[in-house]
Amino acid sequence: MSRVLPAEADLRRIIGDGETIPDGEVDGLGADELRALYRDMVLLRTYDERSVVYHRQGRIGTYAIFWNHEAMQAGSVLALESRDWIFPGYRESAIGLLRGMPVSTVLSWWRGHPAGWWNPQEFNVASICVPIATQVPHAVGFAWGSRLKGEDRVALALFGDGATSEGAFHEGATFAGVMKAPVILFCNNNQWAISTPLAKQTAAPTLADKAIGYGIPGVRVDGCDVLAVYEATRDAVERARAGDGPTFIEAVSYRAAPHATADDPSVYIDPERVEDERENECVGRYERYLLRMGALTQSLAEEIKQEALDLMRAGIAEAEAEPAGDVSLVFDHAYADPPPSQAHDLAELRRILGDA
Amino acid sequence: MPELLLVEAVNDALHVEMERDDSVLVMGEDVGTLGGVFRATSGLQERFGPDRCVDTPLAEAGILGTAVGLCMAGWRPVCEMQYDAFSYPALDQLINHVGRYRWRTRGKMSFPLTIRMPYGGGVRAPELHDDSPETYYVHAPGVKVAIPSTPADAKGLLAAAIRDPDPVVVLEPKLHYRTLKEEVPEGEHVIPLGKARVAREGSDLTIVAYGAMVHVALSAAEALSGDASCEVLDLRSLKPLDEDGLLASVAKTGRVVVVQEAPRVCGFAAEVAAVLAEKAIFDLQGPVIRVTGYDVPYPYWQLEDAYMPSVARVVDAARRVLAS
Repeated sequence: MSRVLPAEADLRRIIGDGETIPDGEVDGLGADELRALYRDMVLLRTYDERSVVYHRQGRIGTYAIFWNHEAMQAGSVLALESRDWIFPGYRESAIGLLRGMPVSTVLSWWRGHPAGWWNPQEFNVASICVPIATQVPHAVGFAWGSRLKGEDRVALALFGDGATSEGAFHEGATFAGVMKAPVILFCNNNQWAISTPLAKQTAAPTLADKAIGYGIPGVRVDGCDVLAVYEATRDAVERARAGDGPTFIEAVSYRAAPHATADDPSVYIDPERVEDERENECVGRYERYLLRMGALTQSLAEEIKQEALDLMRAGIAEAEAEPAGDVSLVFDHAYADPPPSQAHDLAELRRILGDA
Repeated sequence: MPELLLVEAVNDALHVEMERDDSVLVMGEDVGTLGGVFRATSGLQERFGPDRCVDTPLAEAGILGTAVGLCMAGWRPVCEMQYDAFSYPALDQLINHVGRYRWRTRGKMSFPLTIRMPYGGGVRAPELHDDSPETYYVHAPGVKVAIPSTPADAKGLLAAAIRDPDPVVVLEPKLHYRTLKEEVPEGEHVIPLGKARVAREGSDLTIVAYGAMVHVALSAAEALSGDASCEVLDLRSLKPLDEDGLLASVAKTGRVVVVQEAPRVCGFAAEVAAVLAEKAIFDLQGPVIRVTGYDVPYPYWQLEDAYMPSVARVVDAARRVLAS
């Protein structure tokens, strides 16, 4: 049996800085793929920025911001085939957009509207898990079950640094190792769990070091370098498909925005550090790389941004055009075969609301 | 007396009790530097230091499990669970250890820990920030449960919980953290667990409620005031339950509606109805009717008003009991 080694302390990186650090390249990604990846990142960025505006305008409810997480989301998903499944937490609420999910669906979820649902089997994207780390064992079970059925599909679980403190993460990772589940445990280490910095979350030198205890290889990448994220995930997917089991990826970034629209980070975060991180954010970094490589022009970049904005405008209009949900939706689908009391409850509620 | 919001009254209780007893230790996610996501623990770390107001890792079972050990080491931990539905990983510790340990030691050791958390819906929050989990807690032997409905009670019941030799869960109605402002006694203020409060006197019907539902019950009583005199009994504490207070009210009115926000099956309203069936059957002049959340997952917030017990539903139930 091969030995699992401690993770490298250094972060894998491919995109240079345009000055002293040279740009690298990823085998197998041509200019078209590079531009498609840019399109994905811009879509996520635009979704996120518009959502904050929509929240301020009272058009969506409290919203968990994922600004500067786009590279981790788009890069890891690019390494999957469409038959592979994604298991998101709330920080990845819009990841379904990368699988063709309508913008209005995700906006409806944040609007607290019953239209904010999707069939996971339609997009191979599981429902968003709001508690912390609960999606990790789901992804492991899905990957394990798929292997047992002889189906060639892997699962990608996305979660944050704080999630690695939860029992659900530990137990899921334990299963992943034992069952040799074809799963990627992808940790977006943005270094903050609301107000709790990584140093108060764990005494481990790196989160990837945790993997060794589960018998799983752990790798570390720069989470703001979309190509490094892609390459690391692609390697992990190859291992999973080859029957070599799970991989833990620690993608290190920085939460350069509030946890959510209800959060005021000025109480706990260093604003200068945030400013630095915002200057080096992941979408701009990739955009500058593509410009340097000649794979993108300013005018095409503007066009792509405008397309994303148009999509958001149409999406919010569609979400707002949804008629109010009927109260029957409070009751529908909780059971395949509802207890008899349910019909009585609905009838009584309708009578009281006067819409019998 | 100063006028405080409910969340400020919680904060006041923590300050007073930590001042009074230096074994009281507050712990939880984001309780220190941030002062809690609702600011319930604001100022505690500045006043008492990071060893007595502790930002913990994101691990609810770890919070409650280490609190058991902290009790054994002589501390009196007050654990914050950030939200109702995020407390469930701690249920293993709560059911298997927190409620049993005194019994296992034949009373030689006490586990005077407090678990406090915001609970309940109506705040237009994202999924799973709306639960009313009192039944899970109240069902655990060895564990007491209190649920305040007013700022003064939020302070007094939390103080009682912290001073209690046994584990107490205090559920705070997050809907009313910042909607109610009233006079709250300064300094030490303790409301004993197990003593209900008559929130409104009446003679024809008793509406039994707790937490946020007390205010729905009061509005319903007001809406009915032209037709019937409704008493509103705020239980304050589910375990111990003030059976004497409950039975006295029912002996007077003979008619009862019980309101709870949680789903109906095996909810606390069922316990109230069972106590009345056992001990007040000859006082009752009609059926005991429950008005509760439904036995389905809490809906997305655009439909939450249809799910939550409303004034209209309580009035409807009251009219049915009054007509019987």
